[in-house]
Amino acid sequence: MKVDTNEQALLKGLASNDSRAVEALYKDHFGMVQTYILQNNGSYDDARDIFQEAMVVLYEKAQSDNFVLTCQIKTYVYSICRRLWLKRLQQQGRYSQPLENLEETIGVEEEIEDHEKRNAAFAIMDRALGSLGEPCKSLLEAYYIQQKDMQQLAEMFGYTNADNAKNQKYKCLMRLKKLFFTQYNIGE
Amino acid sequence: MMQMDDILLQEAIERYLKNEMSQQERAYFDQLRTGTPEIDQMVVEHAMFQHEMDFYSNRRRIKNEFHETYHKLLQQGILQDGTEKSTGGKIIQLFHRYKRVTGIAAAVGGVIALVISGLVVYFSPVNSNQLVQLSKDIEVIKRKQQYQGNLINEVKSKIPENARLISGGTGFMIDTKGYLLTNAHVLKGTGAVVINGKGKEFNANILHIDQQRDLAILKIDDPEFEPLRSLPYGIRKTKSELGEEIFTLGYPRNDIVYGEGYLSSRSGFNSDTLTYQLQISANPGNSGGPVFNRQGEIVGVLSTRQAQAEGVAFAVKSAYIYSMLTDLKKSSTTELTNIKINSRSTLRGMERKEQIVRIENCVFFVKAFEK
Repeated sequence: MKVDTNEQALLKGLASNDSRAVEALYKDHFGMVQTYILQNNGSYDDARDIFQEAMVVLYEKAQSDNFVLTCQIKTYVYSICRRLWLKRLQQQGRYSQPLENLEETIGVEEEIEDHEKRNAAFAIMDRALGSLGEPCKSLLEAYYIQQKDMQQLAEMFGYTNADNAKNQKYKCLMRLKKLFFTQYNIGE
Repeated sequence: MMQMDDILLQEAIERYLKNEMSQQERAYFDQLRTGTPEIDQMVVEHAMFQHEMDFYSNRRRIKNEFHETYHKLLQQGILQDGTEKSTGGKIIQLFHRYKRVTGIAAAVGGVIALVISGLVVYFSPVNSNQLVQLSKDIEVIKRKQQYQGNLINEVKSKIPENARLISGGTGFMIDTKGYLLTNAHVLKGTGAVVINGKGKEFNANILHIDQQRDLAILKIDDPEFEPLRSLPYGIRKTKSELGEEIFTLGYPRNDIVYGEGYLSSRSGFNSDTLTYQLQISANPGNSGGPVFNRQGEIVGVLSTRQAQAEGVAFAVKSAYIYSMLTDLKKSSTTELTNIKINSRSTLRGMERKEQIVRIENCVFFVKAFEK
């Protein structure tokens, strides 16, 4: 199937963190998803959350090397959102006959399954970090997420030198790994 | 094998995995790895951890970016979030922004009121998102009208024609002469109407608002209202115990809704002693609703819930109803001194269904408006 080169470029932009691509995707597709969710017992906040999740799916897909989108982005995003939303309704026990738009959809079961697995891994790390307490949480976030070096850490957290920061980071890291792996190994 | 400090080893593993070692160093480390299963194991484990961490931080960053994009486009009026259709005009956009700010300010104000009311609460930074007041604001009502076509019958309503609905919640009768109790934060406007379980609407006056205890008193002032002979429930003077089964009736929507749960803590949010913590599902509109124990005694007034936790709600302890009235009687000469509340419940030992039938008519939907 021939895929629009414009769409291909958008996905490339998304994968390389180009904020213009992100904006374009929101502008082009958010409205459609919002309408769908509002029509199906959802709120504005639900629409925001579901669309964001679908964007995460698309982003992580776009980042993998072997990803080829075989349909329009619109169809893909809509299908993901629809699946995610119906799933959420079901989980909350408020599943009612969904109102179907005449939008084209594609099967996205695999995507959703992968996405849920990754969500679980994300939640484990998030909880592990959350239960670390301060200053460990901020220290490790600064090192691993904001990519600060030891000298910067020492300044940010008021350690006398980089070696002290390194010591502290080591202790925190050991605790985090322990928390993370206990959860990870028992598989939630 | 060379003695290696744990920290140095950890650092070496990270550098190894990030490919930051010189060729020589790397060769040496590879050798160390093959020769020492423990170290090999540590490398494998850390590689996996690093992979998960990379994934985690990447996703956190992108989520953040999506979030910001959404709000940016919202502010530009390109996306809508239900706060009125924007025509894209600058003034309207400004108005929306302002409205959002006032909303936040109101929420912070509510939390501050709650903090003050505890008196013993620490002045720790309180995130305004942590607590949600359970009054319905006009936005919610508006959405319902838009999306369910559920128009309120304007003709029959006793809300004055030029008035704007501000907030809604639940209230309950404390004196047969028509005195109702609700939360202070439910009454944001200047006047109110109350609607009983049968859909009958009455005009009501706001008599007293106690911001500190988050309680307020209304009186039905309507020729169509007939005083009741007696109230089925009483208001408990003393403390309630952990684990006590509780239930509530309220108006998260136009029909009365029943909910049950248990008392989960003797103190409320941030150890606020004014309130109990309850495990119960509560929604906007439940604010001001009575919380009953199994005997049908009112033990509290449902007021807020914790935004981040499912099913955690807070109720003002019933003892504060008494203390508010005592204070009023000392300082006021108005009709408020006439209020008589009883502590005896006639619902003891009845089946829940029976209890509800009797209570239902004393629980009202409160709609506050501003002229």
